[in-house]
Amino acid sequence: MVTLPPFQALLDEHAADLHRYLVAVAGPHDGADCFQETVVSALRAYPGLRRDDNLRGWLFTIAHRKVIDRARHAARHAVPVAEPPDRGHLDADATGAEDLWAAVRRLPPKQRSAVVQRHLLDRPYAEIAEALGCSEAAARQNVRAGLVRLREEVSA
Amino acid sequence: MTDDRLPPVPTTNDGAAADDGTAATDDGVTAVDGERAVAAALRRTAAPPAPPADVSRLVADAVARADALDLVDVAYAVTDSPIGPLTVATTEVGLVRVAFGTEEGVVDELAAALSPRVLFLPDRLDDVRRQLDEYFAGRRHAFDVRLDRRLSRGYRRRVLEALTAGVGYGETATYKDLAVATGNPGAVRAVGTAMATNPIPIVVPCHRILRTGGSLGNYGGGPETKAWLLRHEGVRLLF
Repeated sequence: MVTLPPFQALLDEHAADLHRYLVAVAGPHDGADCFQETVVSALRAYPGLRRDDNLRGWLFTIAHRKVIDRARHAARHAVPVAEPPDRGHLDADATGAEDLWAAVRRLPPKQRSAVVQRHLLDRPYAEIAEALGCSEAAARQNVRAGLVRLREEVSA
Repeated sequence: MTDDRLPPVPTTNDGAAADDGTAATDDGVTAVDGERAVAAALRRTAAPPAPPADVSRLVADAVARADALDLVDVAYAVTDSPIGPLTVATTEVGLVRVAFGTEEGVVDELAAALSPRVLFLPDRLDDVRRQLDEYFAGRRHAFDVRLDRRLSRGYRRRVLEALTAGVGYGETATYKDLAVATGNPGAVRAVGTAMATNPIPIVVPCHRILRTGGSLGNYGGGPETKAWLLRHEGVRLLF
């Protein structure tokens, strides 16, 4: 029998990182929507949770799924009109920053999530593995593969 | 990508840079350096964390949406009063808790006793907070709020119900009186326990119960608070 902390405590502790993560992987607009959907889905499932040892990982698992769902939905309902890219960075001076983040958002979901959790949020591999539902070795491999692909894209 | 402007790769909590850089691959040293540079560029160019006020607003929006979907089992807020901050909490049934102070412990207890879906949602407590304001301003003598008494059970609950029904603003009674009123003249100690564990003080007015002889007795908010509330209601204290 687990005693779950008040859901508010989870939000107080993790909301800022969760939001930053979602903005990085999905862009500011979709990121904000995914944030709200993540909170609602998490709250819906929360009382049925049987483990309380990695609540942060659990939240990020839900967030990761929301991003994937949204990407699938967007792909199905793609509008053939050029829209301005959803910018997840504010550093206008950084050469190539826009290309780099566009490339991040083109990464396969697991690589994208792994790279952002690792290098933006400084999360340990064990936690990234938990959030992605894979082994620690696979989490490591996803970070690495993501970085390799980004290097290839931005230096191309 | 211009590598000469990249800052050193920050050290992370389990050595990300070293780990990634030494993983077995056939990419060679240059590729590893290239990936470090990419990682550094990500850190350098990422949107900074949103200001806390923006995050709070996003959280409040998400919580309001969750509430509209009936996903919030316990809503709480903190309200100021002349006797210090009060934490107030409500369920879909009614007011379930009033606590002196702002300690996290209260919210933790609500999560353990009622549901972990406890959220800071002041809107749901506007009416209670307004009535408390009126009470403290001397403009309200009786609370008109639905109560959720599920945090009290058995005899304690009966005692608290008798108290709410029987001892009005500016009146006092003794522990003994309540024991008699609930049909258990010998249960003075049990009445004391019921008062001490009252989950909804002020609204369920345990401050109006004194010791036989007129001394104050104990109070969850401290004896000074009990004395303050009684004087506020115009009671002349003997001690």
